Amino acid sequence: MAKPEQCSHCTKPATIHLTQIIDNKIHKVDLCEDCPFKQGVTDPEGFSLADFLLKAPAALASDQSLQCEVCGFTPADFKKSGRFGCPHCYETFKEILDPMLSNMHKDTVHRGKVPEKALARLSRQRRLDQLESDLQQAVQSENYEEAARLRDLINQTREAINKA
Amino acid sequence: MLITPLIEAKAELTDGGLAPEPIVLSTRIRLARNLADEAFPGWADATQRSDLLDRCVESLSSLAVLKDGVFLDVSDLTDLEKQVLVERRLVSRELIESEGGSGVYVSPSQRLAIMVNEEDHLRIQGLHSGFNFRKTWDDVDSLDNQIEEHLNYAFSDTYGYLTACPTNVGTGMRASAMLHLPGLVMRGHMEKVVRMVNQLGLAVRGSTGEGSEATGSIFQISNQQTLGESEEQILKRLIGILHAIIEQESNARGLMLEKQPSLVLDKIGRAYGILRNGHLLSSAEAVNLLSLMRLAVDFGMWPAENRALIDRLAMEVQPGHVQCTAHSDIAPEERDRIRATRIREQFASFPDLDFSNIQLMPNPNQKN
Repeated sequence: MAKPEQCSHCTKPATIHLTQIIDNKIHKVDLCEDCPFKQGVTDPEGFSLADFLLKAPAALASDQSLQCEVCGFTPADFKKSGRFGCPHCYETFKEILDPMLSNMHKDTVHRGKVPEKALARLSRQRRLDQLESDLQQAVQSENYEEAARLRDLINQTREAINKA
Repeated sequence: MLITPLIEAKAELTDGGLAPEPIVLSTRIRLARNLADEAFPGWADATQRSDLLDRCVESLSSLAVLKDGVFLDVSDLTDLEKQVLVERRLVSRELIESEGGSGVYVSPSQRLAIMVNEEDHLRIQGLHSGFNFRKTWDDVDSLDNQIEEHLNYAFSDTYGYLTACPTNVGTGMRASAMLHLPGLVMRGHMEKVVRMVNQLGLAVRGSTGEGSEATGSIFQISNQQTLGESEEQILKRLIGILHAIIEQESNARGLMLEKQPSLVLDKIGRAYGILRNGHLLSSAEAVNLLSLMRLAVDFGMWPAENRALIDRLAMEVQPGHVQCTAHSDIAPEERDRIRATRIREQFASFPDLDFSNIQLMPNPNQKN
């Protein structure tokens, strides 16, 4: 099979072809002479093939329509740094991400520890925000019966938050 | 200097609670954590970074376990102080090279360190001397739980703890051990070991220097995968493989003693001679020779308590530490002289090597 001619990270001709077997999966990277040194292939401290593999393929960078609505991050930014902009990016770039994760990890689903307390607090806070915005709407539309009901709910939720 | 208390304190790596043991120098676990609804440090602007730093430091300083700990803001540190912190493994290079709005919180024993605004908002590190994954995990897990009481973590039901780089997502856990493998290096087996370990999904790095030629024959072995398995499963797999490597190292040492005793004893004897009498020592040479002295202790040629002293010296002969104790900015050659003097003085108080009763150490490291 002919080796790909272009470096996976820039447009220069690829002269280095690296194959690594991790967990019985074969990973191949084709590189020009400059990129490995920039990325520190020769420096075992700094180099991880995983980081290389995680860089999104070039095709994805051209998809200009995709952008994280929270932080403004784009696939081009990800290709450049190999890192995301904010936690919400995991939702935004799910389709790019899932195939990479299955290459990289044991599985694509988390099976470890869960931050119970932080999650409960966060969901209560989000519920409170929602109720408050509902209340405002109810007041604006002069639906006072609904507004009273929401106010009671808000007070209950606040109490729960304070207790926790 | 801001970091003086850290250097002078009894630290886990220089004065660990337990007697240091053969082969496994230290155990480390770090958890990557981020706050919900906040840009990751690499994408956040200067104001966001400094606000987040303030928030995290306020929460961390309220924790009982960090009482009497110190917080160091990277922008307050001199280059030398930064270097010393890296040498003590309390911070990463990435942290000290960051543009500001970052820092590290260190517990009094230096067993816990939390970097703020490194690649992730929080990098929670637990460190123990020796082969100690249970204790290290308990420390880190409990600190993580306490932090979670104050800060909202970014977490997804599917992906787990969300991290700046997808290589860390899920558990956000990187567990590693520092191994002293002179037997495998001398027998020329390190490349095979590195290949095997890589195939099993783990990473091997020399503590410094090139892949299989690490300075002092010290290697760090860690998990690469963080998603799809629980923390316990990841640790169990890592510990299993570490036991296999420890056994290989013991075998290599046994074979060396059996087949080429003069070769290895010559190396040890010469190392002793140079450390005892040398007047100029570079940091790499010192670490390589001290590594052989650690092997001498393992072979029963030197008292076991010398192991702790060797580990301490290996820390103190690093360039930043030498410069720090000299209290002035000194040229490398002067550094080599000070380093050699320090080692010579220490060695003068040690007994001679006992070549008469050499033994392979009994099966170590059974507690994990």
